[in-house]
Amino acid sequence: MLRMASQRDYYGDKLIELGYKMPNLVVMDADLASSTKTVKFKNEFPERHFNLGIAEANLMLFAAGVSLTNKIVFVSSFSMFASGRAWEMIRNTIAHDRLNVKIVASHSGVAVGEDGYSHQATEDIAIIRAIPEMKVLSPADAIETQKIIEYIAYNKGPYYVRLTRETTPIFMHDYYSNNDFVEGKFIKISDGNDATIISTGSVTFFALEAVDILRKEGINVRLFNASSIKPIDKEEIIRSAKETGCILTIEDHNIIGGLGSAVTEVVSENYPVIVKRLGIPDVFGSSGKPKELFKLFGLTTDNIVSNIKYLIKNKK
Amino acid sequence: MIKRIKVFSFFKLFFKEKGLIRSKKDKELIKLKQDINQIRKLIIDSVFKAGSGHPGGSLSAVELVYTLFDKFLKFDPDNPKWEDRDYFILSKGHAAPLLYTVLAYKKFFEIEELATLRKIGSRLQGHPDALKVPGVEVSTGSLGQGFGVAGGIALGLKISGKKNKVYALLGDGEIQEGSVWETAMACAHYKLSNICAIIDVNKFQIDGRVDDVMRVEPIDKKFEAFGWRSIRINGHDIKQVEDAYKWFLEYKGDKPSVIVADTVKGKGVSFMENKSEWHGKAPNENEYKAAKNEISKE
Ligand SMILES: Cc1ncc(C[n+]2csc(CCOP(=O)(O)OP(=O)(O)O)c2C)c(N)n1
Repeated sequence: MLRMASQRDYYGDKLIELGYKMPNLVVMDADLASSTKTVKFKNEFPERHFNLGIAEANLMLFAAGVSLTNKIVFVSSFSMFASGRAWEMIRNTIAHDRLNVKIVASHSGVAVGEDGYSHQATEDIAIIRAIPEMKVLSPADAIETQKIIEYIAYNKGPYYVRLTRETTPIFMHDYYSNNDFVEGKFIKISDGNDATIISTGSVTFFALEAVDILRKEGINVRLFNASSIKPIDKEEIIRSAKETGCILTIEDHNIIGGLGSAVTEVVSENYPVIVKRLGIPDVFGSSGKPKELFKLFGLTTDNIVSNIKYLIKNKK
Repeated sequence: MIKRIKVFSFFKLFFKEKGLIRSKKDKELIKLKQDINQIRKLIIDSVFKAGSGHPGGSLSAVELVYTLFDKFLKFDPDNPKWEDRDYFILSKGHAAPLLYTVLAYKKFFEIEELATLRKIGSRLQGHPDALKVPGVEVSTGSLGQGFGVAGGIALGLKISGKKNKVYALLGDGEIQEGSVWETAMACAHYKLSNICAIIDVNKFQIDGRVDDVMRVEPIDKKFEAFGWRSIRINGHDIKQVEDAYKWFLEYKGDKPSVIVADTVKGKGVSFMENKSEWHGKAPNENEYKAAKNEISKE
C-alpha cells in the first residue's frame, strides 16, 4: 500500500528534532505558522519562534539580522510571498551577504488547488534561481524533505526550499534509508537508455508511474529526481543527453525559468538534443482540485507516457 | 585651604572668559568640530576623485555619525567582529562616502584608500559591501533594508541576553518605504529597547523636497504611534546630538528609540545646501576647490 505524507508536516517535525540539537536555531513565520507547520516548533520552543505578522519583507530582513548574531534562521511563508513579496530582500541582503537564512516555502505550484492563482507560485524557481549565491532545492516527498532540512541546517549560507501543500506519496524512503541528501546531484530512480525524464517535486511520482507503464511496453526510461535544482547536476544531464538522445522535464512551475529551463541551458551549451518541458505553460493557475489542475496542465502519468513516446520517435 | 580654592576658581573663571584657558570639555568639543570638518573635506575629496557619488546626504549626517563613533559606539578596528561591539548600520547606504570616511578616520583602514571609492577593484563600492569592508555590518543600498536587518540584529542580541546596542541611520525619504513601517512595528512588538534609529531629516530626496514628493511628517509622531519613544533635535548641534545618544543609552524602559534629527542636505558647502541636484553628483574641478575652501574656513 502506498504511504502518503505531507512535506510540511514532516518539515515541522524535523524542526523540533533540530531544535533540540541546535540551541542556536531560530524559526520565523509571517502569520502562516499553522499552515507552514512551523507552529510545531513554536509549541516546543516558544522562545525561539517569532511571528513577524503579515509583513514578508520585514520577515526576511529580521531573519537576516538575527542570523548575524550567530543564529541559524529558518523562515517560512507561502512560496508566493516568500519568493515574490520578499524577492529583493532575499537578493540584496540575504543572498549577497551569504547569510545563514534558510527559506522554506510551502504551498508551491498549482498543487495549492482551490485558493487559485494568487496563491499558486509558479515562478519561484525562476526568480530565486536567478539570484547569485542562492540554492534552490525541491524535495519529491516528505522523507526527502526531512533529509534536505537536515542538510541545510548544517550547511552554511542561504537556501530556498520549495514544499507543496498536499499530502503526497512517499517513494524516496528506499533511497534515503542508505543515503543522505547531496547538493548538486540528481537521484537516479530508474535506469534506461531510450529516453530521460528529469523531474522535481511531488509530481515526480507521476513520472515514476509512467516509467513502469513504459517498461511494460519495452521502453526503458532513465528517471532522475532533480531535488537539487541549483546547483544542478550538469554531469548527469550531459551524460543522459549523450546516452538517451532526448529529455523530458517535469515540474509544477512555469515552463519558463524553472527546472526545464535549467536543464535546457545545460543541454544546449554542451550536447544539444531534443528537450520537452512539461509544466505550467506560461499561464496563471486557477481554482480546482490539485488533481484536476494537474490534468488541465498535462501533469499526468498518461501525458508523460505519450510525451516520452513522441520524444523517442522524434529524437535524432 | 578653602580660600585658596576660591581664589583659584576666580582666576580660572577670569581666564576662561577671556578665552585663555579651556576646560577639558571645551577642548574635546573643539577637537570634535575639527574632526567633523576634516571628514566633510574627505567626503568631498573622495566623491570628487570618484567622479560620482552622493555628497548631499553624506554631508547632512556627519555630526550624527561621527559623534556616535567618537563618543558612544563600542568597536575595535583591529577586531571588527568583536563580540561585544555595538552595531552601526547605514540604512541609507548611498551615504557610503560618509561611512567610509568615518571608518577610515577610526582606523578600520587607511585614509588613503578613500581615493579608490567607486573604482574598479576597490573595496569601497558605491554602496557599502559587508563582504569587503571591515566595519560594515551588512550590505546596504536598497533603501529600507538596513533598518530591518538592524531590527533583526537587535532581536538576536536580545534573545542571546547580550547588551550590545544597535544604531541605524535612515533618510527622511527612505522612510517612505513600506518595509520601514513593518520594521518599526516589529521592533516595538518585540520590545527592542536596544535599538536606536536615527532619522536624518534633511528634507530632500532625489526628485525634490520630501514634502512635495511624499510627505512623511510628523515623523516623531508616526514613530510614537508605532510604539517608539522619540526625541527631535538639531542634527548639526553637537551638544544636542550627544544628549540624544545619552537619552537613548540611559533609558531603562522597553521601547525602541528614535532620534529625529533636523539637518541641512549638503551641509557645509553653501552651493550644495538644500539642493536636491546635489543628492547624487560629484563636483567639477572649480566646484571642488570652492567646496574645500569653504569647509576650511569653518
Ligand atoms: C529601494 C530603493 N528605491 C530607490 C532607491 C534610489 N534612491 C537612492 S537615494 C534615494 C533618495 C533617498 O532620500 P533620503 O532617504 O531622504 O536620503 P538623503 O536625502 O538623506 O540622502 C533614492 C530614491 C534606492 N536606493 N532604494
